[in-house]
Parts: sequence; C-alpha cells; structure tokens
Amino acid sequence: MSAAAEPVTPEPVAPRVETPLRRFISQFMESRIAVGALVVFTIIVLLAVFAPWITPQNPYDLFQLDIMDGRMEPGTVGGAGFTYWLGTDDQGRDMLSGIIYGLRISLIVGAGSAFIAGIIGASLGMLAAYAGGKTDTVIMRLVDLQLSFPTILAALMILAFLGKGISNVVIALVIVEWAYYARTVRGSALVERRREYVEAAQCLALPTWRIIFVHLLPNCLPPLIVIGTIQVARAIALEATLSFLGLGVPITEPSLGLLIANGYEYMLSGKYWISFYPGIALLITIVSINLVGDHLRDVLNPRLQK
Amino acid sequence: MNTLEVQGLRTHFHTRAGVVKAVDDVSFSIAKGQVLGLVGESGSGKTVTGFSLIGLVDPPGRIVEGSIKFQGRELVGMPEEEMRQLRGNRIAMVFQDPMMTLNPVLRIDTQMIETVQAHDNSSREVARQRSRDALGMVGIPSPDERLMSYPHQFSGGMRQRVAIAIALLHRPDLIIADEPTTALDVTIQGQILAEVQKLAATTGTSLLWITHDLSVVAGLADDIAVMYAGRIVEQGDVGEVLDAPLHPYTSGLLGSVPSRNARGVPLRQIPGMTPSLLSLPKGCTFRARCFQAGEDCLQEPPMDEALPGRFVRCVRPLRATVPTA
Amino acid sequence: MTLYLIRRLFQALLVMLAMSLIVFIGVYGIGDPVEILISPDADQAERARAVAALGLDLPLWQQYGVFLVRALQGDLGRSFVYNVPALQLILQRMPATLELAVGATVLAIVVGLPLGLYAGLKPDSIGGRSIMAGSILGFSLPSFWVGLMLIMVFAVQLGWLPSTGRGTTVEILGSRWSFLTRDGLAHMIMPAMNLALFKISLVIRLTRAGVREAMLMDYVKFARAKGLTNSRVIFVHVFKNILIPVVTVTGLEFGSTIAFSVVTESIFAWPGMGKLIIDSINVLDRPVIVAYLMMIVFMFIIINLVVDLTYTILDPRVRLESKAI
Repeated sequence: MSAAAEPVTPEPVAPRVETPLRRFISQFMESRIAVGALVVFTIIVLLAVFAPWITPQNPYDLFQLDIMDGRMEPGTVGGAGFTYWLGTDDQGRDMLSGIIYGLRISLIVGAGSAFIAGIIGASLGMLAAYAGGKTDTVIMRLVDLQLSFPTILAALMILAFLGKGISNVVIALVIVEWAYYARTVRGSALVERRREYVEAAQCLALPTWRIIFVHLLPNCLPPLIVIGTIQVARAIALEATLSFLGLGVPITEPSLGLLIANGYEYMLSGKYWISFYPGIALLITIVSINLVGDHLRDVLNPRLQK
Repeated sequence: MNTLEVQGLRTHFHTRAGVVKAVDDVSFSIAKGQVLGLVGESGSGKTVTGFSLIGLVDPPGRIVEGSIKFQGRELVGMPEEEMRQLRGNRIAMVFQDPMMTLNPVLRIDTQMIETVQAHDNSSREVARQRSRDALGMVGIPSPDERLMSYPHQFSGGMRQRVAIAIALLHRPDLIIADEPTTALDVTIQGQILAEVQKLAATTGTSLLWITHDLSVVAGLADDIAVMYAGRIVEQGDVGEVLDAPLHPYTSGLLGSVPSRNARGVPLRQIPGMTPSLLSLPKGCTFRARCFQAGEDCLQEPPMDEALPGRFVRCVRPLRATVPTA
Repeated sequence: MTLYLIRRLFQALLVMLAMSLIVFIGVYGIGDPVEILISPDADQAERARAVAALGLDLPLWQQYGVFLVRALQGDLGRSFVYNVPALQLILQRMPATLELAVGATVLAIVVGLPLGLYAGLKPDSIGGRSIMAGSILGFSLPSFWVGLMLIMVFAVQLGWLPSTGRGTTVEILGSRWSFLTRDGLAHMIMPAMNLALFKISLVIRLTRAGVREAMLMDYVKFARAKGLTNSRVIFVHVFKNILIPVVTVTGLEFGSTIAFSVVTESIFAWPGMGKLIIDSINVLDRPVIVAYLMMIVFMFIIINLVVDLTYTILDPRVRLESKAI
C-alpha cells in the first residue's frame, strides 16, 4: 500500500530570473507618480548643474544688471533685449536666472548636509549597534536628546552662535539631522547582527570592518536610502526657512529661501512675483523629492513586500 | 427545514496576481440543532466559507456564485442592512484568536451592551442584565465585576468565553465557530467544548464548527465535511467518515493523527504541500499528493454519493476498508 | 501613581539642569555681546564698567554658577536690550504664542481627523487619494512661503483678513488674549492656519494609517459580526483605537508647534515669544535667548508629562501598568 502507484508530479514552471535590483526597479516603475517625480527632480538637478549655460543672465554679475529694470512684471522685455519671463527683483535681476542659481545653492546645501549627516549618523548608528553597552547608551541618549528638540530651534541656535554662511548652515543641518540616520541604521543593524550569516562571519574570524561594511551595511541600505531621500527634502526646506529668517546663507549667495525673503516687502504692494516664483521652484523641488521618497519607502519596506 | 442550506458557493479573491478561488463550489446543509464539523488544513478555505455565510468577506474577495439559504431566506445578494440585522442576532460567529477579537480599549460591558442594543431597543439596564446572564451561562465567575473589566485583564480562555457569551446574547439559530479552541490549552478547550455542546443541545442552536482538529470534530459534530483547496472533498456522518473514509485525503488526515492505539506504528504523512489557490492543477486538486492517483484523475471529479448519505469527490474512492499501513 | 510622578519630576529636573549647561555654554561661550551692546566710540573705562555691570568679566564657570543660583530664584537675567528681567519679557509674550499654538492644534485635529478617517476608510477612492496627495503637499510646502501666499491672497488681493499683528485683545488674569474678540480672531485665522498646515498633514497620515491598520484587526471584524452598524464600528471601535496615537503625537508636537511659531510669528508680525527670540538672536541678547530656551525645555517636560497622563486615560492597558508601579 505504501508503494506509490503512479505519482503525478506538477508541471514544472519556468523560473524567471529576478535579481533584487530588477525587482526593485520594476516595482518602482509601477507608480507613475513616482516616476514622474523622479523625472522632474532629474530636470531640476540638470538645471542647477548647467545653470551658467542656461540662464539668460548671470544674476550675480553686477555688470549684467540694470537697476532701471527693477521690479518688472513677468513677461516684460528688458533693456538687455531679452524677456523677463518671471519678472525682475528690486535690483533688476532676472527672476528666472535668480531662481536657477538659487536652486544650485539650495540643492548643494540640502544634498551636502544630508550626505554628511548620513555618513556621520550611519557610522555612529553602526557603532552603537556593533559595540553595544555603554557606547550604545551614550550615542542613543544623544540621539534622543537631539530628536526631542525641534529641529528649527536647534538650527536657529547653532546659527546664532556660528553666524551666517553656507558652511555654517551645512554644519547646523548636519547637527540636527544626523540623529535620524543613527537611529535608523542602529535599528536595522541590530536586527541584521542577530542573523546567522553574521554569526558565521564572526566564527570565520573575519575582521570587524569587513563584517560591518560587507555584511551589515548593505542590509541597512534600504532604510538609509529612504531616510536620506526624505532628509534631503527636509534639509532644503529648513535651509530655506533659516535663510528666510535672515540666519541662513549670505546675501551674496542667495538660495531660494533668501529670494523669497527679498520679495517679502514688495508682497504687500502687490508685486507678488518676487516671492511667488522662487516659492514655486522650492515647492516643486521638495514635492518631487518627497514623492520619490514616499514611494521608495513602500517599495523597500519589507513589511509590505508581498 | 434545514437551518442552513449552502448550494454551489464560490467565493473568489480577485488579486493582481490572479483569481484566488478560496471557496469553489461548496455545498452543505445543517439541520436545526445539529453540529457540522468543517475540517481542513489552513488555507483550505474553511474560514472564508464561514465569513461568506455572514457576508463579511473582505475585498478583493466576493461571492461570485451560489446560494446560501438561512431558514429559507436567501443571504447572497441580501441588502447590507438586512444582513446586519441577522449578524450577531440570528447568526453569530466566534473567532479563532480570543486575544484579538475583543477591542482592547473598550470595557467588556460596552462591548456586550452594544451587541444587545444593535438588535433590539432594550434599555441599558436590561441589556446589562442580559450581558451578566450570558457571562454566567458560559461559566464566568462574578460577572458583575467582570463587566467592568477590560479585555487585557482576562486570560485567553476567559476572553473566548466572553466572545461566546457575546455570540449567545440573542440566542442565535446558527453559530459559526472558527477554530474557537485552537489557541487555548487542552483543559480549557475541553471545558469550552462541553459548555458549547450543552448550550447547543438546550437551545436548539445549529453549529458550524470550523477546525483542523479531527479529535474535536469526533467528539462534537454530527456531520463532517472535509475541505481541500477550496472544495469539499468528502462529507457524511461523522462516525462513518472517520471510521471508513472514502477520500484518500481524509484517510491521509486520519493517518497523520497520533493515536494511543497505534503505538510504535510510524505516523503516516501526506507528501507534498497544499497547492497554491492561485494556480490549482487541472482535474483533482489532490492528485499530486495522492498515493493512488492515475490518468483518470486529470478529469474534474464530481461530487458522488458513493454510499447512502456519504458524498465524496474522487473518481477512485477508497472502499470501506481503513488502510492500516 | 504618586511615586511615578515624583520619579518623572526628578528626571525632569535633571534634564533641565543638563539643558541649562548646554544652553549656557552655547550662548555665552560663543559670540561677543560687548561688540554689539557697547558703542564702539566708548572709551576703555566705560567699556569696563559696562562689562562689569553685565557680569561678562567673570570666568565662564562663575558666570554659570551665578546664572544657576539666580535661575533657581526665578531670575534668568536682565535683557541687555530692554533692561527688564528676561523671564518677565518671555512671560509677557507667552500668551500670544500659546493661543496661536493652541489654535493651530485645534485646527489640525478638527480638519485632520475627519479627512484622515475618510482617506483610511476609502484609500482607493478619488477623495482618499486627493486627501493623501494634499497631505504630501502639506508636508512639502515650506510653511513660511505658504504664510506669504496667505497674506498675498487674503490680505492683499481679497482684503478679507488683516495681514499682521494681534488685533484687539482682552485682558484676563493679567494677560492679553486675542481669541475673545472678533477683531483678534480675524487676526488669528491666517497665522493659526499657517502653523497648523504641517500638523494637519501629520494628523491625516496618522489617522489614515491607524484606520487602515484597525480595519484589518479581528476586533473590528468581530464587531461587525456582532451586527453593529458601520457607523458604530467606525466611530467607537476604530476611532477609540486611533485616538491613542493621534493624541500622543499631536500632544508631543505641541512643543515643536511652539518652536515653529518662530517662523509664523515673524511673517505675521505676531508679537509672541518666537518673534522675540528672533529679534534677540539678531542682537545677541543672551539672557533672553537663555530664558527662552529654558522656558521651551520646561514646556517640553510639562507637555511630555501631560501626554503620558492622557495616554493612560485613553489606553487601559497602560493604566494597569502605572497602577502597579
């Protein structure tokens, strides 16, 4: 009876080769909104990178400015012979050129601070997870302290001590941002550390740095990418806010936030464009990054993985 | 008239990956005061069958075909409000995991009184009185005090008693019990089974007892229906089916239950795994795991009355001999 | 419970002490107020007298010691600029900031909860998707720019609302409040809306996530199986569960709302603590900066405590634990 008479095997299904990267890309492509946002963001980055070759005017070359063209409405043709599509500010600066140059500053500050904060935060988070004990406690207490204090306030204070300037803004942003990365990386690293493959690597007496960089770090990457994306957007917004309050970048290197602040006083007299268009540029930048980040979170979140 | 009459029920889930036929052509009936044990492995469609009966299949699932007659009234396509009035009133349900079925942030009295008041206009005092009686009926000591408690202050067994008490509040004609004792200790399980049996006998309530545990069915049910991959493969009187199964799957299930009488004999196991409901094989779905499958099993097997009152969905049913390894 | 409170207060004291050190070193260690406060034309003797009057000639640790002793007596120093006690200056401005922050919080809950509920119940509907899109926008919009746009549209173009200031105020218990007069309320709408924007998005997301999670829970299904109406299931069973995270987060966010009012107050020239601190930073009025920060830390501690206590009222599971302590 126990002898199987005619075992019928199920028809074999042709296996499809699916690398994690390919699956990630195909899942990302599923959302048209996210793909659209990525395209928009790419265009913004390209605009910022190639600003000197695109803009009709170098807005910070005083020889190219004509004070007679001050506060012109969008669409006016100026003395230099080209059209100010987005109007001019009080110094006769073409707003479109100003915005594209402003994007450069905003993106450099945002991406730069997020990147540095990422490296510092990820290293400290990894250290906390790997070393454990007192090191872990000290680092995580610092993280808690940092996260319990509103970012805007912390950044304000730091800038109040350090003074204005692009590098000081970056320092302030790094100080208020690193904790997010540290917490995230520590969380994932703690989970990964308990996996068998790490134990196996430790048994093989592989050097610690190798275990961290080759085994732990790649597994912490997905949440790190998500946090990083969103932190870039936050950094850009925070920089703009600080600059608007007059504590951010110097007047000689205006970011989008400072452009908006410059237009503030003309707002009440109805000259809306000086503040309006830089704000739109800021908005599009932040929204596109957030949309990409939001979708990345869905795609990379193992809990939602079917 | 039977309390419940299910004919050709199909509940399918339309997912992006394809159609999941969780319940596919299921028919059974339960007479007044009778207990039907619905047996199957996890993923065989037992739970979805239960939810189909009270119209609580979550999207993307829905009943695509078939008829559910409860006391002669058709439930498929019944307006939601009419259905709601039946739920918890004439048809009650008890869930598997007692730790999850009670709302953690509402007191027991809130959760019971609202059930009473959902179906009649009792005052709070009357509803509270009835809740207290129901708690007493399922053997909960000092019900007054217990009414004021929150679920987390109860043990799992106590919570399941509360859930059963809630199901009994309106003296329903049918109780659907979805593995209500699986998550409990064996001793508690035995107590609850005994109580339920007593209650069903005294109140004339019909029971649909969903479980994967054959021993529970053996002690409790009048009839048994064995489900596999969304279909009922065998059905009949519980004693007859368990003594002499006709379907190879039922026989396999019985063989994998450890028993005192067969000490030293290795347990038999059913080879292979439950097929994915997304891509069921053609013909008999149990074919790939069946020890006596053949060419003819590639045909869809119909439900046959192989013996009087014994239904089986197999073209090569076992004869009334129990295989003993 | 009392023990719990005492322990919390002790912790709070330690945090205050640590923060005071950080703040003091941060503010007094860097930057030189002498340059700003004393006229560059002043001769050496005048400078020395001014420095001594301000206590700036002492070593840093002594300055801190003096500061700490005075702080314990409620004296956080005199403003260099206004020559009044810094604490008094802050307290004078506090009602304006508080009423703005409370207004924003109320707006966030009144607007955010229903929208989040809808988006959570119908995540795939056009309405639900638009709400989520709107909340992403709310997160992304730089709030100072939104403030400017509000002024442009409602004050400059339409002329419906006043653009800056607090309007008419009423004095109650020694402080002046705007929200009790028509004019004051009109002045409050735009700043409160501006400050609430981010929080509305936050509440929407929290509510939506909570609803979606709760809807999958067994207790919701069981509530429906009891025959409760949809509205009872949603507004009692689901709602009470999502209230916990929403209250916790909006409560904890209250502190950052007060902090973020720095921006809103600057735009709308709202004479609160936020505007004061920006002005003080610009002239390095150290005692005011320190007093402001100590005040904010103090508020944070109070808020955390209140949120924890509210939490225990909402979630019976926590209540039990704190009783045990």
